[in-house]
Amino acid sequence: MEATTYNYKIVRQFAIMTVVWGIVGMLVGVIIASQLIWPELNFGIPWLSYGRLRPLHTNAVIFGFGGTAMFTVIYYVVQRTCHVRLFAEKLASFTFWGWQAIIVLAAITFVLGISTSKEYAELEWPIDVLIAVVWVSFAVVFFGTVIKRKTPHIYVANWFFGAYILTIAILHIVNSAALPIAFFGGSMWKSYSVYPGVQDAMVQWWYGHNAVGFFLTTAFLGMMYYFIPKQAGRPIYSYRLSIVHFWALNFTYMWAGPHHLQYSALPDWAQSLGMVFSLILLAPSWGGMMNGIMTLSGAWHKLRTDPILKFLVTSLSFYGMSTFEGPMMSVKTVNALSHYTEWTIGHVHSGALGWVAMISIGSLYYLVPRLWGRQEMYSMKLVTTHFWVATIGVVLYIAAMWIAGVAQGLMWRASNPDGTLTYGFAQVLNQMYPFYTIRLLGGLLFFGGMLLMAWNVWKTISVGKAVNDAPIPAPAHA
Amino acid sequence: MDASNFIGSAVTVVFFITFLGIVWWAYGGSRKARFEEDARIPFEEADDLPAGEQK
Repeated sequence: MEATTYNYKIVRQFAIMTVVWGIVGMLVGVIIASQLIWPELNFGIPWLSYGRLRPLHTNAVIFGFGGTAMFTVIYYVVQRTCHVRLFAEKLASFTFWGWQAIIVLAAITFVLGISTSKEYAELEWPIDVLIAVVWVSFAVVFFGTVIKRKTPHIYVANWFFGAYILTIAILHIVNSAALPIAFFGGSMWKSYSVYPGVQDAMVQWWYGHNAVGFFLTTAFLGMMYYFIPKQAGRPIYSYRLSIVHFWALNFTYMWAGPHHLQYSALPDWAQSLGMVFSLILLAPSWGGMMNGIMTLSGAWHKLRTDPILKFLVTSLSFYGMSTFEGPMMSVKTVNALSHYTEWTIGHVHSGALGWVAMISIGSLYYLVPRLWGRQEMYSMKLVTTHFWVATIGVVLYIAAMWIAGVAQGLMWRASNPDGTLTYGFAQVLNQMYPFYTIRLLGGLLFFGGMLLMAWNVWKTISVGKAVNDAPIPAPAHA
Repeated sequence: MDASNFIGSAVTVVFFITFLGIVWWAYGGSRKARFEEDARIPFEEADDLPAGEQK
């Protein structure tokens, strides 16, 4: 018999874990930001050293918080826009437990110092294999649901989700190709990349930038194309623009990776290629941003009173800012100043906190009452407070890192008439402390906002009741 | 010009023309109404907020 209700259980499981991993990942961020000011905070324990906790922070926020948020919304949106219950529900349940296991294993292995040293792909091969298995299962559940849909057209959000799932599978499998030394009688937990020298660097940043492009952008744009129209109560500004937006992003993002390797051993033409495609990316990025923002035209007043819309629309503003900043930083002359400085850290957090986290938080505030049978969150006032705390936190964070980064870049390149460097490394570092402190304050605010959210979600769940009878509408199209 | 160079150029041209085709397809006048209807997919069903009086 055909199912008559949607599967909300899997969405609820992922929703709760999104908040949990958000708190864990941001707490580790706060700890390492403090260590940069007070290095003694590692207490001399190797497990707590900066080098081990930093990948734990990035993986927990990107894959723990961001990845879990994407599972949450994809399982919700694909069902509701395809008008069918999830395909292969047992497999969906496996993706939940598998993904949680991966994050726990990541936390344990990083703290123990086990790492491939490839940025955002630090996990060693046994965990990489598990990721591939979980991800392929995710693809089966998602595409299976899309195939058995009752709507004639695949809604644009699902196109973005599909590109995300497909691309991440390719990126992960290609970049993680490695030879475990266990095959030669060595340790179980060490492997070497199959790519030699500069090829390894190129594959790594082809992966790395597309992790930004497809994990942190395409996926969350899919989120935007569902939750902004729903929360604003009107369809997307231009559906046709959304189609061009989708294909333009897919055609260009793949080629932008080399901008991470400007002035390196990578052939010069490849560096220039990366720069040119990064500049082209500005067009689809801003097209998509305008499409989201213009959806509110005629409904701007809602922004004044609705904190969920505030989160969603502010996230788009940060998306616009960071997708302007990114192409600018890929220009070789700008990159010569910005690379290896705190500016990069500021840029990443303008995207990660301002865009990814804010749109996820807004979407969760939309979802949680619906999943637990409430009209709205337990305290909408607290949602507004969360919004302001988070926004001030991001602004403090990125402003501090901009100033620190530009100062750092200028001081590093300053030279005396005889060609020696004007400033030593420690002299530059000394200038950083005030900015590191402001950054810590911004991070603490953002982290504090997540704690407010956790309490609010907890209270909403305790007064609500899990919804398991959300009805699938009868086919409307003949 | 060796083979890999030629393939590189050919793929670039084919992709670019494909992309122009997509833009033409998306903005073609005869498909305007259809896309406006597709944009309404998220609104084709009742909101899943409970019809309660909780607040």
